[in-house]
Amino acid sequence: MTTLIYDGSFEGLLTAVFEVYEHKLQHVKLQKGEYHHTALFENVIKVLTDTQRAARVLKGLQQKLSPIGLQRLYAAHMGEIEGEDDNLLGFIRYVFDSAYNVEEDYGNRYVMRVSELVRMMRREKHRMEAFIRFQELKDKTFYAAIEPDFNVLPMLIRHFKNRYADQKWIIFDIRRNYGIYYDLHDTQFISLDFATVNPGNVISAYDEQEGLYQTLWKNYFNSVNIPARKNSKLHLRHVPKRYWKHLTEKI
Amino acid sequence: MNADRITEKLNILADAAKYDVSCASSGSKRQNKNKGLGNASNGICHTYTEDGRCVSLLKILLTNFCIYDCAYCVSRKSNDIQRAAFTVQEVVDLTINFYRRNYIEGLFLSSGIFKDADYTMERLVLVAKKLRTEHNFNGYIHLKTIPGASDELMHEAGLYADRLSVNLEMPTEQGLKLLAPDKNRADMIKPMGFLKNEIVQYAEEKKALKKAPMFAPAGQSTQVIIGATKETDQEVLHNSDQFYKKFNLKRVYYSGYVPVLSDNRLPALNTAVPMVRENRLYQADWLMRFYHFKVDEIVNPSHPLLDLDIDPKLSWALRNLHVFPVDVNKADLQLILRVPGIGLQSANRIVSARQFGKLNWEQLKKMGVALNRARYFITCNSPSFESRDLTGTAIKQYILAESQSKYLKNSSIQLNLF
Repeated sequence: MTTLIYDGSFEGLLTAVFEVYEHKLQHVKLQKGEYHHTALFENVIKVLTDTQRAARVLKGLQQKLSPIGLQRLYAAHMGEIEGEDDNLLGFIRYVFDSAYNVEEDYGNRYVMRVSELVRMMRREKHRMEAFIRFQELKDKTFYAAIEPDFNVLPMLIRHFKNRYADQKWIIFDIRRNYGIYYDLHDTQFISLDFATVNPGNVISAYDEQEGLYQTLWKNYFNSVNIPARKNSKLHLRHVPKRYWKHLTEKI
Repeated sequence: MNADRITEKLNILADAAKYDVSCASSGSKRQNKNKGLGNASNGICHTYTEDGRCVSLLKILLTNFCIYDCAYCVSRKSNDIQRAAFTVQEVVDLTINFYRRNYIEGLFLSSGIFKDADYTMERLVLVAKKLRTEHNFNGYIHLKTIPGASDELMHEAGLYADRLSVNLEMPTEQGLKLLAPDKNRADMIKPMGFLKNEIVQYAEEKKALKKAPMFAPAGQSTQVIIGATKETDQEVLHNSDQFYKKFNLKRVYYSGYVPVLSDNRLPALNTAVPMVRENRLYQADWLMRFYHFKVDEIVNPSHPLLDLDIDPKLSWALRNLHVFPVDVNKADLQLILRVPGIGLQSANRIVSARQFGKLNWEQLKKMGVALNRARYFITCNSPSFESRDLTGTAIKQYILAESQSKYLKNSSIQLNLF
């Protein structure tokens, strides 16, 4: 058994694939992160991300997968979902070891797992499209904080740019500490240092109408409920508790 | 804007609109235009109420003043409730400001009938027009069309709205006569026919000329209240089938009657909302629209009511055991779709995956097939399969015994009564 340690990037993953084939490794474990001298008898290789090697593997994947199939693999990896690296590697090896395109071979456990990962990502992306709640700041920028389960922020740019083309907005992933800012023309990735921002200033920075619309929305949310049909289980399934703290109507 | 007054109005007019179950915001193709606000090409549920229903649109009445006295409706003339009315500008401001905060996909505007049909319809259209032309709003707009309004107004509504709907209210003509004597089914159907023709015509133009305007791109829908009168599921579903076929409706919504009024023509106030029946009707509706079932296969004179304890697909399968078992490695997609426990997604996966090799139980389970139901109806690439020659009743008992029905609580209450 060989353990490959890589930096977590997609290029890193592809470089790891290159190593597997170059050294004809059979039993491999793939891990993100730092190299630790822990297991004494284990064979550990640190993968140094190499763009040229990655490009060669990518080219190979392009020949074996449809453009959509490749995109799905990319999305499954981008989510940074814990403990799935081996499945991604397994998928890529299965793709290379097959003579034809196997991206729809759902009977294979790796293909099925990648399909599940893509679904998890798509669902989380969709949840964010639904659950993001903007608050209007004094300078007319609309700000929203999110804490998605997976890293889906880059997948949200197109949706929100197409929708809120005439207002400035920021969506900030406070778990991963980066955000997107739209300035009426383009979007850019940003990071904020909350340690230096006084929370009091942030609250006073809300537009004066903001409080009114939050109240109206909460009122509306309560008015449309039909108590005779109460179904808490269904409610919780659609709006899991972990999302509540950023939902205006549930605060 | 007076905050207290607007809050009060919103409470009254959202409360009055909530019995309309339609909430869809999908099916439109409207894109953001000239860097304006909004995009209606998605279909998103932004939150869910505590009764588990989706909140996608700002669903309100323009007013709950009404000249009609329909027995099933909270806003009926003779009901002693608080009345309120929004101005056109108030609805526009609410919509824009809710939309900018990502609370909603758009507006669903309905109204009590005040003065007459044209007067009411004109105001609904005015809201939509203002949003589209003055605010460059490209979010979703669903307008109720008021039976009896002029063709010109209907036409204008279609130019600004994504979806239009007329509620049939009662699944049968007799039901409507009984509960809403001032209303007439033919008046409700007439605008549907008019709109259907307009939608078809504009869609043709759009094909020829990309710049041609859109006309109600998300089509028409309707709603029927079930459980307020004594209609059978066969009547309800045949009615829907007719409307899907004749008027190309996108959706028929079923709204389990919530007893809000005491009236000797209606179920008593403490009657439970028929939620299980409503759910079964939606399942049957799905079978007709996505699983290629004919309405007669689901309900017919010898089987006029849907089973409440099992879903309509399982029910059909048990009545048609001669069709099974189906070999998932060989059968057509159409037939696989008819297997209880296999949905659209897993059926498509099966058909894709079997090209690479024959599938076994383990793989089917991973693909999302509900084997607790499906295993009585299929064979696959495994030596073990259901070899007992079971009757429909036995299969039903086995399945019910090992499934955790979400309605189990309801049925145990019923059992306790006897």
